[in-house]
Amino acid sequence: MKDGVNGVALAVFIFFFLAVTVMGFLASKWRRAENANNLDEWGLGGRSFGTWVTWFLLGGDLYTAYTFVAVPAAIYAGGAAGFFAVPYTILCYPLVFTFLPRLWSVAHKHGYVTSSDFVRGRFGSKGLSLALALTGILATMPYIALQLVGIQAVLDVMGVGGGSNWFMKDLPLLIAFGVLAAYTYSSGLRAPALIAFVKDALIYIVIIVAIIYIPIKLGGFDDIFAKAGEAFAVENPATGKPRGSLVTGPEAQWAYATLALGSAMALFLYPHSVTAVLSSRSRNVIRRNTTILPLYSLMLGLLAILGFMALAAGVKVKNGQLAIPQLFENMFPDWFTGVAFAAIGIGALVPAAIMSIAAANLFTRNIYKDFIKPDATPEHEAKVSKLSSLLVKVGALVFVLTMDKTVAINFQLLGGIWILQTVPALVGGLFTRWCHRWALLGGWAAGMIYGTWRAYDTPSATQDHFGNTNLIPLIGEKGYIGLTAFALNVIVVIVLTFVLRKIGAPDGVDETQASDYTADAGDPGVAEKLPAATAGAAGGH
Amino acid sequence: MTEPPTEPPAEPAAQLPQQSTTSPSTVSSEGGPKGGRTASAVTVPMVVAGVCLAIPFGAMLWVDSYSRLTPTFIGMPFFYWYQMLWVVLSTLLTVIAYMIVRRQERARKGGERR
Repeated sequence: MKDGVNGVALAVFIFFFLAVTVMGFLASKWRRAENANNLDEWGLGGRSFGTWVTWFLLGGDLYTAYTFVAVPAAIYAGGAAGFFAVPYTILCYPLVFTFLPRLWSVAHKHGYVTSSDFVRGRFGSKGLSLALALTGILATMPYIALQLVGIQAVLDVMGVGGGSNWFMKDLPLLIAFGVLAAYTYSSGLRAPALIAFVKDALIYIVIIVAIIYIPIKLGGFDDIFAKAGEAFAVENPATGKPRGSLVTGPEAQWAYATLALGSAMALFLYPHSVTAVLSSRSRNVIRRNTTILPLYSLMLGLLAILGFMALAAGVKVKNGQLAIPQLFENMFPDWFTGVAFAAIGIGALVPAAIMSIAAANLFTRNIYKDFIKPDATPEHEAKVSKLSSLLVKVGALVFVLTMDKTVAINFQLLGGIWILQTVPALVGGLFTRWCHRWALLGGWAAGMIYGTWRAYDTPSATQDHFGNTNLIPLIGEKGYIGLTAFALNVIVVIVLTFVLRKIGAPDGVDETQASDYTADAGDPGVAEKLPAATAGAAGGH
Repeated sequence: MTEPPTEPPAEPAAQLPQQSTTSPSTVSSEGGPKGGRTASAVTVPMVVAGVCLAIPFGAMLWVDSYSRLTPTFIGMPFFYWYQMLWVVLSTLLTVIAYMIVRRQERARKGGERR
């Protein structure tokens, strides 16, 4: 695979890359508002997206380079265990259906831009909102890093950026990210929304072709699974156990189920998911999306199967992340390899853009405005957000250059552990005001500390740290650390709430009303579209 | 393909039409001005919607029920095609829940405006 540069594939790749770059810069003119200089416009696309744009945006957001590279890589490495991504994406939509319309309504009514804005308004606690904002930023960094890993894998297989000099090695990646940073800066959320159309079209084409063409070349699914089964049966010299298996063994079922559930709970609490959801036009746009987004889950399942195809096709790579790009290069004619690689590359840029915007919104609204400069004008907010979106990307670069790249999926799981700790305040807060704000802070801290400590203590398949499943106390089965930490979090919240209520600790002021949670655009008293000034007016206390 | 696993979700789907026909009356009785404006009004259709949303959790978290190789479908082990089938089934259940909830909301709004 290191036999030089694949010229045709590279040319096609660069063509698509240039095309989306142009689109990214032009996007700022798309559905432009009169006064575009505020966070509602830059950071939420004017809160104007309908069902289809939201669908592409969320799809581009959630099914990322992680999908294309890490999930099949996990299958390639260990078999059935990696397939948890499918039940994970099945379970997230019923959850979304239940709580996100409520978040949309209350955010629309009060002009909230981030989920931390909501928590501050609901519980009257800047401290709690700061904790959640930091968690969001912290969890987003590794997720953006994961996108970089995806681009890197593609560049590696194409034969560029594989040099020994570290600067030359990372140069293509730096260029890609520089371009991304530039158009995110100038166009805001409109850029990834527009590029998402191209990305999804490419990805669907590639998947459909791959899932028909490759099995024909490999002799059908029977052969693929038989060969993969043989490959898994080979003993791993390090552990003395078989490499993997085609079904989850009895001892791995708790891990499988808890990973699926925990990841599903976390997915839509990521700042970038919230950003995409809040950019939609109405409650029902979100609900309708939970019925059409599963199309991506189906695609994810098919993608995962590619991991088996890589095994059956005898793809041998040291770094599992390269398995799928390598499979494409072995199987497809060069020009189509280029298309497939472009799909992966652009599939990484779209979410990376949304993620950095989301993290920047968090920083601006819940750290900068709340703690540093409370009298920031909407224009000023937008400016700070644009600049911090650049900083976030640099942070992600540092993350990817300093940590072990072969464990991209663990990056995401670590972020998931952290994000899960925001569930009690955020999702709980959408339904009840019973929990005390300080109890929520205590539960969050307990969950964060426990989760990080356990993850650090757990060896993963390839290194001594940052594994994601370990024994669950009291149950004695191996399960997802994030979910265990979440359970601890909830217990602490309940106990502390009782205690704090008993001693009469002051409750914060709740600026929301019960009816805010069901309000829809067009309702009496609810603006169809928020006036631009709301972004500045809300939360100015 | 042989499909014993598809039976459980088929039930709630089948009983749904008769359930949801009762919804207009249930709703209009509680859709008074302002006061009845709680999102979590517990009515029979809302419970059905909740059940629809809960079923995938039962199915997917019970890993033991699908952790096997056979029967295969176009050469794919049971473990894989069964979970992919559930993508479709859970989507159908979500669609049902969506239709119920939207009907509820419309009825409630209608009651308010008049």
